[in-house]
Amino acid sequence: MTAAVVTGIGIAAPNGLGAEAYWEALLRGDNGVAPLSRYDTSGYPATLAGEIKDFVPEEHIPGRLLPQTDVMTRLSLAAAQWALDDADVDLDTVPADRRGVVTAATAGGYDFGQRELQNLWSKGPKHVGAYQSFAWFYAVNTGQIGIRHNMRGPCAAVVADHAGGLDAMAQGRRSLRKGARLMLAGAVDSSLSPFAWAGHLAGGRVARGDDPERAYLPFDEDAAGHVPGEGGAFLVLEDGSAAAERGARAYGEIAGYAATFDPRPERGAAACSTGLERAIRGALTDAGTAPDQVGVVFADAAGTADLDRAEADALSAVFGPRGVPVTAPKTLTGRLCSGGAPLDVATALLALREGVLPHTAHITKPAFGDRLDLVTGEPRATRADTALVVARGHGGFNSALVVRGTAC
Amino acid sequence: MAALTLDELKQILRESAGEDESVDLSGDVLDVPFIDIGYDSLALLETAGRVERIYGVTLVDDAVSEAETPRVLLDLINEALADVAEPVEPALAG
Repeated sequence: MTAAVVTGIGIAAPNGLGAEAYWEALLRGDNGVAPLSRYDTSGYPATLAGEIKDFVPEEHIPGRLLPQTDVMTRLSLAAAQWALDDADVDLDTVPADRRGVVTAATAGGYDFGQRELQNLWSKGPKHVGAYQSFAWFYAVNTGQIGIRHNMRGPCAAVVADHAGGLDAMAQGRRSLRKGARLMLAGAVDSSLSPFAWAGHLAGGRVARGDDPERAYLPFDEDAAGHVPGEGGAFLVLEDGSAAAERGARAYGEIAGYAATFDPRPERGAAACSTGLERAIRGALTDAGTAPDQVGVVFADAAGTADLDRAEADALSAVFGPRGVPVTAPKTLTGRLCSGGAPLDVATALLALREGVLPHTAHITKPAFGDRLDLVTGEPRATRADTALVVARGHGGFNSALVVRGTAC
Repeated sequence: MAALTLDELKQILRESAGEDESVDLSGDVLDVPFIDIGYDSLALLETAGRVERIYGVTLVDDAVSEAETPRVLLDLINEALADVAEPVEPALAG
């Protein structure tokens, strides 16, 4: 079977733009969570976010695309470009119909959409711009990236909340197996506008504290929700033999994947943990990997007691109590919607390469110490060559993905 | 009211649809096809929408989409402007 190897990584995160800056920020424990600064949040019950503050669109986005792109699309175009640069691939050597892009999205271009809806209701239909026809849309990042890099092969967009980020990787791998030569896969998401914020708040899982180091505490006794953030990652996936032929450096391989749906909620939380467990077991089986070969788990880390418990139960069932190091560096970025899991995959590959597991910052009272070996306090050295990334989406989506480092 | 000039149209194009860095808009592009100066039909619709809002006129979408050059689009716009006394919105930023 064709191996899907990762040859390029592009990262846009609240605590670092570019893979190198982000990785160093993680190891230092630089916190990307801070008071939301784009508008006056006084009166809102939650005011912390993982905002990307040092991205200047004009430096990265062509002038013609600025008026027609939401913030998530601008960040996506930049991260996709960085991933391609990192892969050091001459796209002209890949036939246009054998290169494609698959992105995930959670809410679409909310900021852009809010502006146009405000125009509609305050000024009338004539004030809604033509670009609203696509700029808000879930699939727009796939479209804009595909157009910019003339990717005429398999293109897709998947929507499954946080789990969608892993589903996009899997779809990229599937496309390689069907004959594509190179796929850009991942997600960079953003929904922090007031309208989007109202949605996050209505979801009921947003942390309400105002201390950036104490708000988002997954697997901690003080867990009380998450901090939403913006950002994510794109990965360049290539057919393993073709990548080797062109002498590409590979970070590793997308080795296994599975996705499940939770049973109906009335069957209770215990049933939900089995949905997640099935996804994890499925991904391991797909990768041909036994649980004891996995050297680290990048957790979904929802940050609420019940969801954290379900994840701890699932991991404990598969790996045994404290059977594998578990980490969630996303405490330094907030939860990035569909961008979070691709960023975790990128982080996992960097961790395997560097032999260092970034820690779960800010955790002081681990809540599931009997089940989880949570990496806290500081980064931990590792000789792992295989990592598992877990992601869950609101409404019962579970996805799990196994990456193997290049060394093995 | 006075007819819209090429420079004014260029300004509205820039504000509505941005500007392609690889294109020189500064010269006389009156008869240069829009496609050669980086504007597609959607850019023209966005631009036409802005003209409609500024001057309170109505332009026919199909005619706008089919305008191949700034001259054709200006003619369309100025035909509509002939019946207009003054803009309904502050016109141009700069």
